[in-house]
Amino acid sequence: MRFYLQQALNALQVGSVYALIALGYTMVYGILTMINFAHGDVFMVSGYVAFFVSTALIGSQLHLAPAVVFAATLLASMFATALLAVGIERVAYRPLRRAPRMSLVITALAVGLLLENLAIAFKPVGPSPRMLPQLIPSTTIVWGGVAFSAVQIVTILVSATAMVGLDLLVRHTRIGIAMRAISWDSALVPLMGVPVDRIVSMTFAIGAAVAAVGGTLYGMTYTIDPYMGIRIGWWAFISAVVGGIGNVRGAMLGGFLLGAVEIFTPVFLRSSTYRDMVAFSLLLVLLVFRPTGILGSPAAQKV
Amino acid sequence: MSLLAVEGVSRSFGGIRAVTGFDLTLGEGELVALIGPNGAGKTTVFNLISGVYPPDAGTIRFRGESLAGLPPHRIVDGGIARTFQNIRLFRDLTVLDNVRAAHFGRTPTSIWSALLRTPGCRRDEREVVDSSRRYLAALGLDGDAETVARNLPYGRQRRLEIARALATRPSLLLLDEPAAGMNPAEVEEMMGLILRLRREFALTVLLIEHQMKMVMGAAERIVVLEFGETIAEGTPEEIRTNPKVVAAYLGGDVP
Repeated sequence: MRFYLQQALNALQVGSVYALIALGYTMVYGILTMINFAHGDVFMVSGYVAFFVSTALIGSQLHLAPAVVFAATLLASMFATALLAVGIERVAYRPLRRAPRMSLVITALAVGLLLENLAIAFKPVGPSPRMLPQLIPSTTIVWGGVAFSAVQIVTILVSATAMVGLDLLVRHTRIGIAMRAISWDSALVPLMGVPVDRIVSMTFAIGAAVAAVGGTLYGMTYTIDPYMGIRIGWWAFISAVVGGIGNVRGAMLGGFLLGAVEIFTPVFLRSSTYRDMVAFSLLLVLLVFRPTGILGSPAAQKV
Repeated sequence: MSLLAVEGVSRSFGGIRAVTGFDLTLGEGELVALIGPNGAGKTTVFNLISGVYPPDAGTIRFRGESLAGLPPHRIVDGGIARTFQNIRLFRDLTVLDNVRAAHFGRTPTSIWSALLRTPGCRRDEREVVDSSRRYLAALGLDGDAETVARNLPYGRQRRLEIARALATRPSLLLLDEPAAGMNPAEVEEMMGLILRLRREFALTVLLIEHQMKMVMGAAERIVVLEFGETIAEGTPEEIRTNPKVVAAYLGGDVP
């Protein structure tokens, strides 16, 4: 039993990261009906921003407290990644707003490839995996026979804060209402005085900043490399679809579900090689029986 | 000075000339009706004024300033709001959220304050909700605030469109067939409503309508379009007896 509780905690940690990234996929899909395939690679960039900022802060003569370094790293990564995503939208996606959806999807894939290869070509990044310096002390609290590491606790708490904040933003502010309005009828929204381009930029910024929270937290537990955005990006994308793409709470739910798949597949199948198979099978089965995802509502056909 | 001055505006779609050399001047506080057969270009005039697409030729000035090149949301900020012939609500949002969405331009919110949920932002959001409820009350929709828009009965959806347009705080309101599909009693009620809102919110109104009872009863001036051109303009009395209008639109049986 303890073993399973321990695994459930691990699943929660991994699932938080998937959920945070899935939010970016789902929000952009929600307002532009576009899958931003570069999002996983934006997540990768956030990991490297966190790497460089934390390394520089720790190597500096400032002697900052670990909590300060962690906070500064998180905020810097969120900010830089948000800027990157807004820039990508501005340069690569906005000119194609009226183009067929397929052009946008291909562009997004290309932007993702570009980011991966730029990262490899950029000497300080390079192709080999890296570790973030230790930002959170490696203490462990044992409670009820389950070992909670400090990193796990921080990951789960910070992710939960980000998710609750985002949920409040989408449900209770005019920005959130404007986002939902755009997803319904983007031609109508400007006629109600809402600047669509600004809302789209904000959506990309928020989605990337939330992914950067994931990227920073991920880098504190695992190594980062220029291709990490592919596998994790796919898993997060599956999370978004499983939860119901376009639905913010669905993305969170899907993220935790995929976290469970990741952790419990090796537990039950005695091998981690089947993880991707289980995840993609889940996606396929779900798409057959519930194409709109767990929380998604059937798309209303506009006549 | 006139509030709205449309001069020599033309617009074609492919080979079809939707509007040709259209002129219109609206004084502050006027209620003017735009009538004409289907396809005469009435809605095109609304689309041109609200910036859905630009005119091929001509100028549109609002409070003396040209609207050329302004994106639609800037035109709304300037004080022109509209409703739609085929109701276009945010159907999946609640009635209240439909009106809240229209507050965006009037109470700008920065992303930082929204993310940090600063006290100022919370206060703003509360004010927006209060103000939205006031507009709903003005349209008699106070009981429907939490209803999802698509579940509203038809007549109330029309009212919600007007509430949403008012929430952008316009000085000029463009109403595109607000009484379409209504029975005589409802038309009467809608007419009373428009006249009351005009007083209450100090509006200038440009009205597209086929319900002659409403046009003749509410408008101070009528402009008649046919095939994209103005064929007559005048008081309801002048229009009612204008032979060109009778032939083109009203038909022999004049009310």
